Amino acid sequence: MTDSTDSSIDPAAIERSRRERIVIDASARGPIIHWLASAIFWLLLGTLLALGASVKLHDPEFLANNPWLTFGRVRPAHLNTMVYGWASGACVGVGLWIMSRLCRAPLRHGWSLHIAAVFWNIGNAVGTWGILSGGSLSMEWLEYPAGAAPWLLAAFAVATWQGVDMIRRRPPGHIYVSQWYLFASLFWFPMLYATAQVLLVWKPVAAPAQPPINWWYAHNVLGLWFTPVCLAAAYYLIPKVIGKPIHSYFLSMIGFWSLAFFYAWNGMHHLIGGPYPAWLISVSVAASVMMLVPVITVAVNHHFTMIGNFGALRWSPTLRFVVFAAMSYTVVSVQGSLTAVRAVNRITHFTHYTVAHAHLGMYAFVTMMLFGAIYYMMPRLLDREWPSAALIRVHFWCSAVGVLFYWGALSYGGLEQGLNLQNPNMPFMDIIARTLPYLRMRTWAGVLMTVGHLAFATSFLLMLFGKVRVVSTPTLFIRPTAKTNPA
Amino acid sequence: MNKASILFIGFLITLATSWIGLVLLPASHYNTQAAQLPTAFFTNQEIIARGQQVYQANGCIYCHSQQVGTRHFRSDQERGWGNRRTVSTDYLRDTVALLGTMRTGPDLANIGIRNPSPQWHYLHLYDPQLTSPGSIMPPLRFLFEPAKENPSADAFTLPDGRRIEPTDDARALVAYLLSLKRSQGELPEAFEPPPK
Repeated sequence: MTDSTDSSIDPAAIERSRRERIVIDASARGPIIHWLASAIFWLLLGTLLALGASVKLHDPEFLANNPWLTFGRVRPAHLNTMVYGWASGACVGVGLWIMSRLCRAPLRHGWSLHIAAVFWNIGNAVGTWGILSGGSLSMEWLEYPAGAAPWLLAAFAVATWQGVDMIRRRPPGHIYVSQWYLFASLFWFPMLYATAQVLLVWKPVAAPAQPPINWWYAHNVLGLWFTPVCLAAAYYLIPKVIGKPIHSYFLSMIGFWSLAFFYAWNGMHHLIGGPYPAWLISVSVAASVMMLVPVITVAVNHHFTMIGNFGALRWSPTLRFVVFAAMSYTVVSVQGSLTAVRAVNRITHFTHYTVAHAHLGMYAFVTMMLFGAIYYMMPRLLDREWPSAALIRVHFWCSAVGVLFYWGALSYGGLEQGLNLQNPNMPFMDIIARTLPYLRMRTWAGVLMTVGHLAFATSFLLMLFGKVRVVSTPTLFIRPTAKTNPA
Repeated sequence: MNKASILFIGFLITLATSWIGLVLLPASHYNTQAAQLPTAFFTNQEIIARGQQVYQANGCIYCHSQQVGTRHFRSDQERGWGNRRTVSTDYLRDTVALLGTMRTGPDLANIGIRNPSPQWHYLHLYDPQLTSPGSIMPPLRFLFEPAKENPSADAFTLPDGRRIEPTDDARALVAYLLSLKRSQGELPEAFEPPPK
């Protein structure tokens, strides 16, 4: 626990490693900030679209006369800008930076990542414009019209190549668990996306085969792209902030391979009760329940690492976001395994419960983890501190309370909706009327999350362009004391 | 675990197994099935194909499913959404399978049987409150225009007295909706054991 007095650590080695980090961060600065800043732009646009879609669902006359702003276009535009523009863009930035740190390999050919970021933004702009102007493909998570994918795939190829280039230059010896996750996800995403584009858009397969491929893709984007990058971030950041190694190497290995094996088979639980042979659905129900193995393993590993260090949550902004996200991962995954069981799915499928679950995954887990990682990275990339602890505090509480309120309200409303749908004597319009209070609550939760995002974007802009404060101490919520910071 | 090449092979194998099971098998199965059908089976009218595009462009799928469940699993058939479950072959005619995952609105798998009146659909699309008070469906007024001097046969009068007529997009969308009769005909694979 007291590294500074540990006689086995050579002060010269510490200094060498500190200089090495400075070189790595300097090499990553431009390109990584380019990706992160772009991602935050899409986050804000996606937030605006989300609020619009949410209001429209309980107030259908809101902005109803313009075809570009009809609910059925704004909703997929929200999902795609968030999934590709925000979360994927931020995952590339966060993932490659962690990779370069762990491979101890400074980023080379930074210009290629700048061009890739431009391509990524063009792809998202083409796609979002396409959806709003009436070109949506209406395949969930793949609504961008055909013109967007080549830009996105070309941009991602550069990110994959950069990751491989770092792995090849790593010092000999052990590869850390975060590197496995990042290395794998840099291949998994392009394979998933290319498969979906070829078989669903460029040369579509027979219609009944499309929903299985659609959900194989959509569920794996979460399971084999966002989840690995975010778990890599947790495995990197938790030990970094609290200064203590991860609980168990063995558990992290079990967690990784069971995730890779079981997650890939999960997607068909989105088709339960649908027009498919039972084996196709059942294999995904089984795999979804088996997800308890990687989830419990990772939970034990992360939460056991945290034990004895929860006091650090009081001062570290990064840790607060990361631990919130890691806990959400446990909750959303266990919820997912249960929801995949037919008896539960029978009630929850086709309802707002699913929407609540998706936001617990993509927001409370993925987005909060990315926020935490960005709070850790920016001071190191820019060699300056966050402008205001108050802004970070506003961001955390608005986002955390917002998403929990969102999840709670829509889960409850969705369950009620599902039970009512199963009652053939209740008229359909009555079911809808009973969901309205929850849909309104969702809008208020969204307002809270929007305030959080504005605080975050303000912090980010001040950090980039504001007057540089000359400080020698990091921006923390409170000053760590011996009591809150045993390390 | 310190060999990147072994890790890489592991990543490939784990993804490839699910790719074979959940992508390759369904694709080859249904492609083969589609290839065995006479081509006449697929000749959808142009207007229906265009209507499906309007359906996709305006995201009807985010609130409306097109699938009927079995009697023991869902109340769909008791609600009158179809007189048998839908099975995968019911979608072989389509170019895009729009099964849907939400029921913020009612299922549309058999809307062409349940409500065959084009006038009702025009009114409903123009302003859902006119036909279904309390609905939260967005009005699709942008698919309509004021009636011209020589109005088309499907022009209609609103409660406030204005005369309007559907655009070609609205006509196509309604033609598509009226074509949705997925539970039509008996199919051996749609057999359900009677409830106990």
